[in-house]
Amino acid sequence: MTNGSELYAHPTRLTGAEALWATLAGEGVRDVFGYPGGAILPAYDALRKFPIRHILVRHEQGATHMADGYARASGRVGVAVATSGPGATNLVTGIANAMLDSVPIVCVTGQVSSKVLGTDAFQEIDITGITMPITKHNYLVSRAEDVAPALRDAFRVAQSGRPGPVLVDITKDAQQGSAIFDFAAAAPAPARRHAPRFNGPGSLAEAVELLRRAERPVILAGQGILHSGAIEQVRTLAERLQIPVASTLLGLTAFPASHPLSLGMMGMHGESWVNHAIQQADVLIACGMRFDDRVTGTLATYAPKAKKIHIEIDPSEINKNVRVDVALIGDLKQVLEAMLPQITRRDGSAWLHAIRTMRGSAAVRDIQQLPDNGHLYAAHVMNDLWRETRGESIVVTDVGQHQMWEAQYYKHDRPRSLITSGGLGTMGFALPAAIGAKIACPEKEVWVIAGDGGFQMTSPELATIAQEDLDINIAVINNGYLGMVRQWQEFFYEKNYQSTPLRSPDFVKLADAHEIPGARVTRRTEVLDAVRAARSRRGAFLIDFRVQQEDSVYPMIPTGAALHEMIRRPAENPLLESAEDA
Amino acid sequence: MTVLHTFVILVDDRPGVLSRVASLFRRLNTNITSLTVGRSETAGISRMTIVAAAPEDRAHRILASLYKLEEVREVDDVGRHSAVVRELALLKVAAGVATRSDLFQLAEVFRARVVDLAPDSIMLELTGSASKIEGLVQILEESKYQILEMARTGRMAMRRGHHTSRVMDALSDATSEPGIAAVAAPAQDFLEEAIE
Ligand SMILES: Cc1ncc(C[n+]2csc(CCOP(=O)(O)OP(=O)(O)O)c2C)c(N)n1
Ligand SMILES: [Mg+2]
Repeated sequence: MTNGSELYAHPTRLTGAEALWATLAGEGVRDVFGYPGGAILPAYDALRKFPIRHILVRHEQGATHMADGYARASGRVGVAVATSGPGATNLVTGIANAMLDSVPIVCVTGQVSSKVLGTDAFQEIDITGITMPITKHNYLVSRAEDVAPALRDAFRVAQSGRPGPVLVDITKDAQQGSAIFDFAAAAPAPARRHAPRFNGPGSLAEAVELLRRAERPVILAGQGILHSGAIEQVRTLAERLQIPVASTLLGLTAFPASHPLSLGMMGMHGESWVNHAIQQADVLIACGMRFDDRVTGTLATYAPKAKKIHIEIDPSEINKNVRVDVALIGDLKQVLEAMLPQITRRDGSAWLHAIRTMRGSAAVRDIQQLPDNGHLYAAHVMNDLWRETRGESIVVTDVGQHQMWEAQYYKHDRPRSLITSGGLGTMGFALPAAIGAKIACPEKEVWVIAGDGGFQMTSPELATIAQEDLDINIAVINNGYLGMVRQWQEFFYEKNYQSTPLRSPDFVKLADAHEIPGARVTRRTEVLDAVRAARSRRGAFLIDFRVQQEDSVYPMIPTGAALHEMIRRPAENPLLESAEDA
Repeated sequence: MTVLHTFVILVDDRPGVLSRVASLFRRLNTNITSLTVGRSETAGISRMTIVAAAPEDRAHRILASLYKLEEVREVDDVGRHSAVVRELALLKVAAGVATRSDLFQLAEVFRARVVDLAPDSIMLELTGSASKIEGLVQILEESKYQILEMARTGRMAMRRGHHTSRVMDALSDATSEPGIAAVAAPAQDFLEEAIE
């Protein structure tokens, strides 16, 4: 049965369980992340007949994050498998995470037999009902002959338009029954939807004209650039018109950080000059981004002088948060390819010079030059890691302060080299997502950067790393706090550190229990050695970085404030290095 | 300003579709005033008319989210002036021999049909705009008739004139026409509409 060509050339009778794997293999799937149980057992029983690697996770949430990391690292669809009931409900957080970050994953769940649907049978849960608002679409399959068409349609939906998660719930009797498997005939009908009647204002010609007349333009780069494969086109646009590029968190790797036109991250924890540039801009051209509240600050004062051009594949994003002047709905790459022939070179030096002035001396942001005051700051770790890996590693971050420091200090030059949970901000994402990334790209170096809090949410996946013998380096940024929440308490709740101090196990010992070696780092001088030890070793390695406990991420725009109203690093604090500190 | 919006939605005729559509209104904490579903002119495609009161921006958000559903083929927020909007009501009214003839007269004024007659009640069937139905109900109540039972279909809407071409496009694989500017629904006040 593993002889692919036979199976796909001639319609063959298969059980629903076999059809499941045959369809996945036919869609190009080589790896799946899952956890078995009664309602999915027929499928697991048939797995050995197919050329698909199954990674056994330790919690189904991990399976969805792995599928997610797999998809983000490779651009291919990630697949997670779980049983009915608790297996299915454990997927929910990971599905929601993929929904908010537009990641193409397909989740397959077992379901109780169709004869007992709706009876509260053992481990029956209405998972299609539960996941309705957090999937692009889902399917309840109760007949063997529907398995292949539903799954193939699921792959189409997950990847089409704005990508996202899809769930296919397959009853046990559908897995056990048999039907003729005809892969070609199961192909989904082409998308047939009509353009919405609320297409936004403006036209390509107007966009070109706005850009031609722009004196202070800024490109807002989002993850859509990666999805669309429009990296080259965005770069050409930026270079031809000399437009500086500000990125969202998820768009950071869509434009090389070392490019002279790169401004870095915008928004709540973006550098002051980036946000000032946006506030002063006369034209904003948003590419595959959705004006999330974390990047706009209060909408009333957002980029008041700018005409806004929005290139976006999802029409429902147009005028959702920010009113735009020109909306170009479609695939970014196609839109830019239509636009570029009409774009002629322009001298942008005056505007770039103005931004350079705002940026000031911090343009050379070299924390290595600062005197060592004995303290270890998370920023040191990020900076050393960036230098030591020459910015070439895939970095998978969790959620919190360390996530923002990584975004500020690790300069990503390679597409898809930063994997992080943006929209949902899911703690516990990093470790499993890194496993997915490593499985997708075994030849790439992978680093996990997680906080002491988030790491503990999914740390059992260390066992998965050990069992699969994966070469993943793990940096725990251990500040003894749920740091980002502590920071909010410091700024907005009079330092009432309610429930944020965090006692943790000895992470090095925890790794050791999984036969994963590790090291503890408490001083800045030890960072490089530990990083080198981790890199030189084949196999996983964990470093417990004991960093300054009450450090905060600066600058910060409080929720509800304007983009230019930021909290800056207080002068009496030991400086990291930042333009706004000066 | 919160006004009544009338969404006409063409969807695949499959299990769960209604739930997906209704869920979008629920997510925005928006009450559905009325909802009708039935088959359309195309096999396998159902037509829903959903009426809900919502401010303009929320109505737009509903429209935009409806488009994202896989099983939704076409959505339209039809304004009252551009569409024929109808509703059907069945009213069972308490009436004995003495009061029957008065009710017959009332029914005639409203062009309602008497569809059932029992010793102590009659059933009226009325089709028309919502306001026409409200009008009959109001008069019955003010005239101290007792409405024993009322069933209403909720509004159905169809744009006037040659509109279907767009719908046909939506159902075929024809490449989409370039963007049509937003069609804002005009403010609607069904209660002001004269009895037809
Ligand atoms: C699952 C989940 N629960 C709660 C939160 C709220 N939250 C955001 S950041 C944060 C603190 C994270 O602490 P830690 O993992 O130690 O990272 P740090 O901020 O200290 O770097 C919390 C609790 C969240 N984002 N996700
Ligand atoms: Mg912490």
